[in-house]
This record gives sequence, structure tokens and C-alpha cells, in this order.
Amino acid sequence: MSKKNADVKKLEEIAHRTRINVVKMIAKSGTGHLGGSMSIAEILAVLYFHELRIDPKNPEWEDRDRFVLSKGHACPALYATFAEVGYISKDILLTVHQTDSPLQMHPERGVCPGIEMSTGPLGQGLSTAVGMAIGARVKGKDFRVYALLGDGECNEGQIWEAAMSASKYKLDNLVATIDYNKFALSEATEKVMPLEPLYDKWTAFGWHVIEVNGHSVTQLINVYDEAKQIKGKPTMIIAHTVKGRNVSYVEDTWQSHSVSMTSEQVENTLTELGCSKEEIKTTLAQMKEKK
Amino acid sequence: MLERTAPRNVLGKTLVELGEDNPDIMVLDADFCTASKTVAFKDRFPERFIQVGIAEQNMMGIAAGLSTVGFTCFASTLCVFCSRRACDQVTVSIALPRLNVKILALYAGIFVGKNGASHQALEDIAIMRSIANMVVVQPADAQETQQVVRFAAQYDGPMYIRIGRDPRPSMVPHDYKFQLGKAVTLKEGKDITLISYGDMVEDTLNAALSLEEKGIHARVINMSSIKPIDEEAIIKAAEETGKIVTVDNHNIFGGLGSAVAEVVCEKMPVKVRRMGVRDVFGKSGTNEEMQKRFGLRAEDIEKEVMSLLEN
Repeated sequence: MSKKNADVKKLEEIAHRTRINVVKMIAKSGTGHLGGSMSIAEILAVLYFHELRIDPKNPEWEDRDRFVLSKGHACPALYATFAEVGYISKDILLTVHQTDSPLQMHPERGVCPGIEMSTGPLGQGLSTAVGMAIGARVKGKDFRVYALLGDGECNEGQIWEAAMSASKYKLDNLVATIDYNKFALSEATEKVMPLEPLYDKWTAFGWHVIEVNGHSVTQLINVYDEAKQIKGKPTMIIAHTVKGRNVSYVEDTWQSHSVSMTSEQVENTLTELGCSKEEIKTTLAQMKEKK
Repeated sequence: MLERTAPRNVLGKTLVELGEDNPDIMVLDADFCTASKTVAFKDRFPERFIQVGIAEQNMMGIAAGLSTVGFTCFASTLCVFCSRRACDQVTVSIALPRLNVKILALYAGIFVGKNGASHQALEDIAIMRSIANMVVVQPADAQETQQVVRFAAQYDGPMYIRIGRDPRPSMVPHDYKFQLGKAVTLKEGKDITLISYGDMVEDTLNAALSLEEKGIHARVINMSSIKPIDEEAIIKAAEETGKIVTVDNHNIFGGLGSAVAEVVCEKMPVKVRRMGVRDVFGKSGTNEEMQKRFGLRAEDIEKEVMSLLEN
């Protein structure tokens, strides 16, 4: 196997483990944003294990690349990725959503290592990423800034305010990705509020826009590499994804947005994800423990 | 009284002075810099001045992001847009992570030129006061404004600083030094205490001076630090003078009057009268017309004091 193929396989395995951990976390918590977490597993794996310049031992390293999860509700996938990176211990993943846990239901800066910005109310993260990117330039630093947006999040006016400002300031050190999983909370994004033509909109706002299969590690590696070559404008990667990816009972539906999973649903989903009977038994037992 | 200066007129100069000493000062604007006078900073340090256009929510987010990279950010526009328009951004992007963003909010309360109800800030103190981690200050004159802005550049955390639009005489003592959470007594008195801040301090003090001629000794406190508030000064006033009148340039709900009443009720119950805008919207008009309409002239304050003393 070539090195590149080995890297791709490694990232696919990380994304797969992220999905398993997301299911276990939501099973234990009793609730959580499943759909939008499952759709970003490959994007996060590629960002944190291929793209971002980070030091796993020092999440505060001042020259690190920044990542803002603007669609903050999908943080179970981010926490699971952090456990792979080493920002947090795998042991705390199941404390997700508990009052004293660093893993709050919407991510909080200063509470969990690696979280660059508190997010949750949609539309706010991209502006903060714009601020970080401007800050890098004013300070003469070469770190880059990444933001991950939801598709429904692009309903928010603030996203387009941020889009204009990133373009005005020619932020070629800023790369945003839209997790285009086609569903918002209540139904299809095109019904809630039509986004199309999304590529044309971002292009018209002065961004370099690339469309990609958001579950293809190979394609994602290529587009993030391409973004590095773009000068004088920010890059938007429209990643076509599947909401609730690999959770067959809700995959590709709005019903996967925020869920409480029954034991049966957990058992079936973890089985589909290839977990052993022993592993599934442990998760089911953890679900019954006092919350 | 000394010459009158508008607090906003010292803003640009003070920011430029801070910018000369500290390369990490940045100023953000939402198309208001010629009115707020922060344009002076733009002219001196164009690379550290961010013009976001008429997009206050984005401005607060960009300021939050900049502050995470190590900048001390001054984000500025009208009070109403800082508070009402960008409330969620201020709360979640700035206050929750306790970032180093100072909001310079212009056009305070009823003093907004003739701009009328939509531009009068009658809710902003209530909004900002109820956001955890947020500090709320309105200086009374140009000198105190300079002090507060200089303090803000040193303070690590979010602040909401309300800046008056119109000329005011010098109110604070010559050697005054602003301290967060510390009120300044402008006039001693034992019969009653008048507490105010910002634009209303002038007429509050004038009312007290007029009362003095009638043999009523009113204490006057400039409560520029609205949050954290100087509980000690309030308790002492309640204890020593027994009656308190607050004068707000804001809705009586949630402003200084509410903050003072909260302390008095819990720590030293005495009678408190809250003057301010009594839960109605404003109108277009001059400052004088607005003060008359809402009963916030020196003579109205005097009348309120007399009525409280008689009862």
C-alpha cells in the first residue's frame, strides 16, 4: 500500500471510530445531535489529521491553526476527534453533556481544550473565524483559520455579513466548509429556506468555491490542498454529505437531527458500525447507569 | 462651571494615545466612526482599524475572534445596535468566553439628537447588566471618559461603556481616578442621596445645589460603574441619609434605579424613588424637549426630592 493510500485508510478509520464514539456518547447522555455529527466525521478527520498545523500536546500553541465549529451542536463529533488527537482523554467522552464536564452540549472556549470559540446560536462562528484570520495578518503570523458551517446555518444573515467581510479583507488564510447534509431541524433545508444556488451565492460574495463529496477522504485532502494555493480571497468548500451517515434508521432524514436512542437502536447502530457484542453490551450497560 | 466637552469628543484622541503605546489595540466600527470620533484611530492606524460596514452582529463576532489572538478590541457603534441588535453575539461570542472586547456604545438614553424612539437607548443597561461576565459603565464627563477608556485597555474582560453624545461640564474632581465598582461622591449631604451617572449627573448636581439654598443637604453620587455597583456607597447612603432618589437616562426598569433598589432592599431597606423613562418609547426632539417630556430636568429632580421628603 502506498503512503498516500495508507494515510487515507488511517483517516477513514479515525472517522469510523468518531462515528462509533458519537453513538456511544449520545447513548450515554440520553440525547444529542446525532445527524449533524455523523455527517462531519470525515471532514474533522481530514482537518485534524491532515490539514491543521497543531501540537496535540499543546492546544494553546500560539502559532497553531485555528478551527471554529460554527455549527456548534455537532460537537460530539468534535469531542470524539479531540480524543483521537489527544486534546482530551478518551476516558471523558462519556461525560458528554454532564454539568461539570468540559464536554458541554454546545462547545465552550476555556472549558474544553481545543475549543477556539464558544458556539451554539447559529451564524456566529464564521464572524469569529474572520476575526482570527484578520488577527493573524495584523500580527504577521502564518497560521490559518478553518470554520465548519451547517447548511441550515446559512439561513442566518450574519453568515453573509461575515462572507462579505472575509472577501473585503481578502482573507486567503481562511477556509470555511459547509456540511451540506440537506436537512435542518424540522425538514429539508430546501424547504425550510432554499439555499440554492449555493455555489453561485458564495462565488458572488467573492469566495473561491469548491464542491466536494464530504465523505471522501481523498477528495477532502485534495480540496484543502487546493485552498492553500488560492491567493487574495477566502475559500469555501461545499461538502456534500449525508445527515445521520451510517445510522440506517434515520440516515438522510431530518429525524436524525437531535435524538434520544433506545437500547435497540443503539444495539442495531453499533452492530451496523461493526462493534463487537462485548463492546455493545458495555454501552447498553452504561446507558442504564445513573445519569 | 468649566468649559463643556462632549465625552465622545475625547474618544478618538484617547484611543490613538493607547494605540501608540500598545500595538495590540484594535478598533472596530459599523459605519459610525465619524460620529463616534473613532475615525482618529482609523487615520492613525489604518491597519488596526476594522470597518465592518452596517453589520453590528458581525462586528461583535470579529472582535471576539481578534481578541482570541491577543488583541484588545474596542468595538463601537450606537448603544441600541450594540445591545439590542447584537445581543446574542455579545452574550455568546464575547461574554460567555469572557473575551477582551470593550464595547464603546454611543448615543446613550434619550440624548440622541433628534433621532427619536428607534435610536433612543432605553433598554441597553438592562440588557447588558443581566449578561454574566459583563461590566457596565457610563462616565459623566470627558475627563472620566478618558479614564474609563484607559482603564478598559488594561482590564482583561468584556466591558460595555456608554458614551455621552453631547457636551457636559467637568463633573469629577481634578485628581479623580476611575475605579471599577467605586462610586464618587460629588457633594456631601445628610438629608437625602441622589444617585446618577453619565449625562444626568449635571442636572442631578444642579438640583442638589438648588436644594442646598433651601436648606436641604442632598448627597450626590456619580455611579459611573453601574455593574459592578458600589454596594458600600449605597448602603452608607441609605444608612446616613435614609432616602434615595435615582436618576436614570434609561427605562426605569433595569437601569441604575433597579440596581440601587436591589442593593437597598437586600441590605438596608429605605425609601427609593426611581426617576427615568417610565416604560414608554421616546420621540424626536432636542435634549431639552426630551428631558422635559420625561421629567428629567433639574427642577423635576428637585420636585421629586421635595415630595419624598414631605412624605
